[in-house]
Amino acid sequence: MILIVAEQAGGQLSKSTLEMVTGARELHRDGPVTLLVLGANIAAAAAQAATFADQVLVADRPELAQYDAELWAAATAQIAREGEAHTILIAGDRAGREFSPRVAVKLEAALLEDVIGLRWTGSALVAQRYSFLARVTETVEAKSATAVVTVKPGAFSAAQPAAAAAEQFDVELELPARRLQVTGKAVEKTGRIALADASIVVAGGRGVGSPEAFTAQVEALADKLGAAVGATRAIVDAGWRPYAEQVGQTGKTVQPKLYVAVGISGAVQHLSGMNKSGCIVAINKDADAPIFKVADYGVVGDAAQIVPAMIAAL
Amino acid sequence: MRILTLVRQVPDAEETIRIREGKVDLASSKLVVDTMDEYGIEQALRFREQGLAEEVVAVGVGPTRMQDALRTALAMGADRAIHVQTEVMLDPIALSKVIADLARAEAADLIFSGGQQADWDSHALGAAVAERLNWPQATWTNALELNGSTLKGRHDTDEGSETFELPLPAVVTTQQGLNEPRYPTVPNIMRAKKKEIRAVPLEPSSATPLALVTGSEIQVKARRNKILDGKDAAAAGRQLVELLRNEARVIQ
Ligand SMILES: Cc1cc2nc3c(=O)[nH]c(=O)nc-3n(C[C@H](O)[C@H](O)[C@H](O)COP(=O)(O)OP(=O)(O)OC[C@H]3O[C@@H](n4cnc5c(N)ncnc54)[C@H](O)[C@@H]3O)c2cc1C
Ligand SMILES: Nc1ncnc2c1ncn2[C@@H]1O[C@H](COP(=O)(O)O)[C@@H](O)[C@H]1O
Repeated sequence: MILIVAEQAGGQLSKSTLEMVTGARELHRDGPVTLLVLGANIAAAAAQAATFADQVLVADRPELAQYDAELWAAATAQIAREGEAHTILIAGDRAGREFSPRVAVKLEAALLEDVIGLRWTGSALVAQRYSFLARVTETVEAKSATAVVTVKPGAFSAAQPAAAAAEQFDVELELPARRLQVTGKAVEKTGRIALADASIVVAGGRGVGSPEAFTAQVEALADKLGAAVGATRAIVDAGWRPYAEQVGQTGKTVQPKLYVAVGISGAVQHLSGMNKSGCIVAINKDADAPIFKVADYGVVGDAAQIVPAMIAAL
Repeated sequence: MRILTLVRQVPDAEETIRIREGKVDLASSKLVVDTMDEYGIEQALRFREQGLAEEVVAVGVGPTRMQDALRTALAMGADRAIHVQTEVMLDPIALSKVIADLARAEAADLIFSGGQQADWDSHALGAAVAERLNWPQATWTNALELNGSTLKGRHDTDEGSETFELPLPAVVTTQQGLNEPRYPTVPNIMRAKKKEIRAVPLEPSSATPLALVTGSEIQVKARRNKILDGKDAAAAGRQLVELLRNEARVIQ
C-alpha cells in the first residue's frame, strides 16, 4: 500500500495532505492509497480523510494530542510494517522533515526528501528535488524496496473529494514515552494572509530603509494587492520584521504567481526561497543588483519613490 | 561530557554551480564549512568554555578535501577531529549509521548537526542519527543552554516556535539565531595545525547508499528581464503596473 501520514488541525486536513493524495494517485502503484490520521479527538478529520483515500487508519489517542517526532515516527513505522507499505508519504514541512528520517531508519528504507516530482518506473521510485540552494534540480532514485518520501508543499495540486466515503479502521499502536518536553509555544500570527498560501508576495529588504518605511511602502503595497508580506534575513536579524516573514534558505520557501522584491539585493540564500515564483518584480536603486538577473520586470530607482508611484497607479 | 559536531563541506555561496555529465562539478569551486555547522561548533565550544563539556570533536565524512573543513573547525577551537574517508556520496540515512557507530565508539553525549545545509538542502542526518542511537532530538534549534543533563532551548516549528527540555544524550540540529560563530584567529589557525585529524577509512559494509543521485540539471526559468529606468518615478510606477496587468496578467 501507499501510506500517507495525514496532517490535521481543528478537524481539517492540511492542504499538504490533499496534495500528497494526488502524488500517491499519480504513482499508479499497487495497493490501496491509505491515509493514517494521528491525533486526539480527530473524528472529523478522519471522516474527511475517508473522502480522499481508499482506506483510512485512525489512531485517536490522548497521547497524540500534540505532535512529537518520536511518537509520530513510531506510529508511522509500525503501521507501514503491518500494512506492508512500499511507499510512505510525509509532508515536507518542519514536522515531516524531522520525523521522516526516523521512519526511514526504522524501516531500513531510502528517504527521498522534499520532492517536487515522483515517478514509479516499474522497478524503482524516482524523485526530483531541488538542491544547491534551489539552483540545481536533482533526480534521486531509491535503492530499497521501501521508500519514505517527504513531499514539498505545493508540488502537487490538491485532490478532490470522492462522493463515496472509504472505510475507516481504528489501529492499536505501541508508543514510546515522550522525551522532548514542550514547555511553551509561540504561535506566529500576523493577521495577514500566510506566506505559504499567498498568490502574491511583496517582500522588502534593507534597501527599504527603516521599519517605518517598510510599513509605509511594503505593507501598503501588499494591502493594495491582497498580498502576503515577506522579508530578508538582513532585516529580520535587525529586528525590523518577525522571523515568520523571512523568505529564503533559513526561512520560508514561496512560489507565488507574483513576487515583488523591494530593496532586496538578491543573495543566493534569499533567491533559494523565491526563485521558482511565477513572475518576479525587482525594485532596486543599484542596476547591478543580482535580483535583476531573476526578474521579469524591474525598476532601477529609489524604492521610496517607486513604491508609492505603483500604489497610486493601482 | 564529550560533544561531536558534524561538519559538512559546501560550495561558498558566491560560487557558480557547474554541471558536468549530469553531476555537480565542485572540482574548481571554493569549498567552506556549511554555516549551519558553524552554529553547532560554536555552541559546543561555548559549552566547553562554560565548563560543561570536556572535549569537542569535529567529525566529517567525505573525500580528502574534507580535511580543510575539519581544519577550520579545529581553528575555531575544536580539540580534535575525525575524518571518515570515502569518495562515495552517502545519503543521510546511510551516513547516519557511520556517525552513530562513531558516536558509540567515542562515548559521545551530545551531537550537533547542521540544519538545512547549502548543498543537499537536506535536513535528515540529525534525526536519523538520533534514531540509530535511540536518543531524542531537537531540530531547528535557535537557543540552547545546558543545566546538568538537561538541555533547555527554543526551536522553530511549523506554527512558530517552541521552548523545550530534553535529557542527554541527545542530537541537536541548528538554526539561524543560535549564536554568532567566531572567526578563527591567526594564533588559533597556527595552533590548529598541530591538532590531530584522525583519518579512518569507511567500512566497506557502510559504503552502500540507500538513495542515489542519478542526474542533476540547472533549469533556469526564462525571465522577461524588462528593466525600467526609475528616474521618473511616477511614469515607471504606471508602466510597471500596466505591464503586470496587461502583459504578465498577474494582477487585476
Ligand atoms: C546560512 C545563511 C542563511 C541565510 N538565509 C537567508 C534567508 O533565509 N533569507 C534571506 O533573505 N537571507 C538569508 N541569508 C542572508 C543573505 O546572504 C543576505 O545577507 C540577505 O538576503 C541580504 O538582505 P537584503 O537584500 O535585505 O540586504 P542587502 O544585501 O544589504 O541589500 C539591500 C539592497 O537594497 C538596495 N537599496 C538600497 N537603498 C535602496 C533604495 N532607496 N531603493 C531601492 N533599493 C535600495 C541596495 O542596492 C541593495 O541591493 C543567509 C545567509 C547565510 C550565510
Ligand atoms: N559527509 C558528512 N560528514 C559529516 N557531517 C555531515 C555530512 N553530511 C551531512 N553532515 C551533517 O548533517 C547536516 C545536515 O545534513 P543532512 O542530513 O544531509 O541534511 C550537515 O549540516 C552536517 O552537520
